[in-house]
Amino acid sequence: MSLYQVQKLIYQLNRDPRTRQRYADERDAVLGEYDLTPEEIGALVKPDIGLLYVLGVNGQLLMHFAALHHIEWPDYLERMRQGLKDHGPVREGVYAATGYEGIEAHDARLKAEREMR
Amino acid sequence: MPLVYCGACSHAPGMTGRAERADTQTRQALESAFRRMGDDIRATRPDALVVIAAEHFANFFMNNMPAFAIGMADGYEGPIEDEAFLRIRRTTVPGNRDLSRRLIENVMQTVDVAYAEEWKFDHGISVPLHFLTPDYDLPIVPANINCQGPPLAPLARAWAFGEALRRAADAVPERIALIGTGGLSHWPATPDSGKINREWDLEFLRRWSANDRDALLSYTDAETYREAGQGGFEIRTFIAAAAAAKGAKGTVDFSEPVPIFAVSCTLAHMNIGT
Repeated sequence: MSLYQVQKLIYQLNRDPRTRQRYADERDAVLGEYDLTPEEIGALVKPDIGLLYVLGVNGQLLMHFAALHHIEWPDYLERMRQGLKDHGPVREGVYAATGYEGIEAHDARLKAEREMR
Repeated sequence: MPLVYCGACSHAPGMTGRAERADTQTRQALESAFRRMGDDIRATRPDALVVIAAEHFANFFMNNMPAFAIGMADGYEGPIEDEAFLRIRRTTVPGNRDLSRRLIENVMQTVDVAYAEEWKFDHGISVPLHFLTPDYDLPIVPANINCQGPPLAPLARAWAFGEALRRAADAVPERIALIGTGGLSHWPATPDSGKINREWDLEFLRRWSANDRDALLSYTDAETYREAGQGGFEIRTFIAAAAAAKGAKGTVDFSEPVPIFAVSCTLAHMNIGT
């Protein structure tokens, strides 16, 4: 796992037009500059937004990576939900703490916890 | 001069980027609340506006993440996001390097703040400015609290940062306005995007309006994450603004949950009595 490296590449793509241009022109060379696993490279190249989310990429980075690939907002959300079905809970990073329950299940759990207190 | 304005507002990118997907009446009410806040800020004749934001990996990353930062430049480019995504035209917003430097030197007396001579605005600053100062005619001093990449600064340190900004603003001859920008409960850019814990938001705003320091600082990050999502970490910007109000009480001018914008859209000010 090298979540830091995946996120760093996406961070550079989001903020630096020259990195974006290089990524368009010579993607493999850019990918080679980061310490990435084959799974991570596959997810970036496809791009597999659902798997990137499960790998732990922060949504504040990932949503712009999706926009870069012309993925519309509702589709972006759906791809993450599908990724959780396909690949299981988030493995690392800020979202790994609770996993994904879905809005209704989460609301119900918080309500039950409040009633217990 | 004593601080002339102190407030807080949402910065959700959906408010510009997906504006038409909200109910028309809600959208109009939100935009008019922003116009009123902009008018209120201008009425205090500020020389500069300090914006305490919670930027989202536009400038700061986990290779060298400052808990607190203040910009020190004569101009700032933004928004960094795709113009079509955010629907805000990229431009250079005026800053004031000399003023920033004096504020930073004062803040540093009590808070180890990083300074940045380069700073690209993201939606955390660009969205509020789009509504509040659409002509970009007021110099901005950007400030940031790391609310995105844990470990995050403890809430008590966010409070100390707000206190330091107030002391620094009061010490310069310029008339300084200040706003914090951030969301309350939200799960932005995740599969849960659109979820809002309204009860939690209202309780937070009650504490904020009362400027109840102890109650504001009593949240733990684990509790905030569970109840308010990772977006809830951005309460640090509201807390810093409360500290800058130096005990004044607040008024919530607008607060309505808008799931397509992923937050309770909120605008509020502290009655600092200038």
